Amino acid sequence: MIDTLRLTAEEAWRLVDAREISGAELFAAYRAAIDTRDEELHCYLHVRDDPGGNGLPIALKDVIGTKGIPTTAGSKILEGYLPVYDSTVVERLKAQGLRILGKTNTDEFAMGSSTENSAFGPSHNPWDPSRVPGGSGGGSAAAVSAGLAPWALGSDTGGSIKQPSALCGNVGLRPTYGTVSRYGIVAFASSLDQVGPVARTVRDCAFLYSIIAGRDECDTTTVELPQPVELPDAQDLKGLRIGVPKELNEAEGIEPGVAEAARAAIAKLEELGAEVGECSLPLSVDFGLACYYLITPAEASSNLARYDGVRYGFRAAADERLEMYERTRDQGFGDEPKRRIMVGTYALSAGYYDAYYGQAQKVRTVIKREHDALFETFDALVSPTSPTVAFPLGARTADPIAMYLSDLLTIPSCMAGLPGLSVPCGLSEGLPVGLQLIGPQFAENALFRIGHALEQAIGFDPVPERLRG
Amino acid sequence: MAIDREQLLHVARLARLELREDEVERLEAQLNDILAAVSKVSELDLSDVPQTSHPLDVVNVWEADEPKPCLTVEEALANAPDREGNFFKVPPGGSS
Repeated sequence: MIDTLRLTAEEAWRLVDAREISGAELFAAYRAAIDTRDEELHCYLHVRDDPGGNGLPIALKDVIGTKGIPTTAGSKILEGYLPVYDSTVVERLKAQGLRILGKTNTDEFAMGSSTENSAFGPSHNPWDPSRVPGGSGGGSAAAVSAGLAPWALGSDTGGSIKQPSALCGNVGLRPTYGTVSRYGIVAFASSLDQVGPVARTVRDCAFLYSIIAGRDECDTTTVELPQPVELPDAQDLKGLRIGVPKELNEAEGIEPGVAEAARAAIAKLEELGAEVGECSLPLSVDFGLACYYLITPAEASSNLARYDGVRYGFRAAADERLEMYERTRDQGFGDEPKRRIMVGTYALSAGYYDAYYGQAQKVRTVIKREHDALFETFDALVSPTSPTVAFPLGARTADPIAMYLSDLLTIPSCMAGLPGLSVPCGLSEGLPVGLQLIGPQFAENALFRIGHALEQAIGFDPVPERLRG
Repeated sequence: MAIDREQLLHVARLARLELREDEVERLEAQLNDILAAVSKVSELDLSDVPQTSHPLDVVNVWEADEPKPCLTVEEALANAPDREGNFFKVPPGGSS
């Protein structure tokens, strides 16, 4: 009997290698779990039959292009779209024998923090289905936590891997910008978008990262990793210096239970031998959100211009071409993409460009410099991943700015292209709290080491209480 | 800076969005809230700071100019909402 709630990808890989279970049995076990639990949770937009082979199953956020498998980005405007090629990450998964279980739910075009912006309805948090799983990659995170996939890929622009992993109680990595190919990924904000792994353990997360990372000639923004990925096994953190940025740990809006869990985890880091010190990001947190919500809508308004009803996806009926473009986009896009297209188009328009977009690009330099300066003293920075635990469905949908604040703590490091790992560090009000570890560019191995040692020391049970047998 | 109804409709035209009347009203309020929040970036004097458009120092990545396999015509047209022969078919052009 395969317990999909408890089985790690590492253990599953070993069992398949040792021929103790077959790939077919493994795939069937996850499909059965999906059939049992996904009606309630709605993690998946598309589920597949076993394509054959013996490798592990994997779930993919529906912004990741998959040849012959619907790829909607959670949008009606891509309904019915069947990619004619695989994204590079999918090619790399297939080269390792991994098999796609299905495509997971996402806020439309990865714009959101709860999956409530999906055109196909929200996903639900496996710890409490009346709450959101976070977003935009809530489907992937909820699927991993509910045992509906051993691991998954997400994509992160300002927190879309880390925040749902925190809210669902699993491990998510936003890799250093440029280490994972974006070829074949539905673009949102190209200077920030990164694909990354979601898993139940830090070692699984590191292993999945090792499969997808590295230069791709189809994406000229990619680079080769300076060092190979190391699977972490150290139990102590001797010799590591970890900074606690005041602004990321004391920001207004951090729930007391979240702050408490993060403080306890930071104390644990110290017990494990790390040198912990307070530090400051005076402008990054204060100005990060404003910077992000100018740069990403600007890039999105440009990236989403391609959805015009001409070459693929939805087309609205119209007698005349301009009318066809405008009607297709009005009917095909939901509220959030429209808001961001409007903000972005405005911020890039003549007369406003320097004041908005140009100024935001300068703030981005300030944010990058502040982080670089801290990494002269520290190997990693730490804070809560999300200011709150999973919030009730509907709680923030009427107020776009309240929703934007969900990513207050994850956004600054994303603007600087830095890697971030979210690991579960405890519960608050019975719901998971994630701890965010931020490193300098290409420091994933250090983050894995810290995350793994912390995971072992805390002994967090990633299976949602209500699903424990 | 605030955006009024006329500007909003102008931006919508630039973005090729035919907004319904209820959307125009809702967006006007929301965009003004969002613009007020993001205008915070103007509080900093950054006249001497360069812009960052990309987080890595990667410049001019060149590839050899060699033909490689690419999509066939049938693949390129496979998702077309409408086609005629080897072309994407669209309604006739209007005023702009």
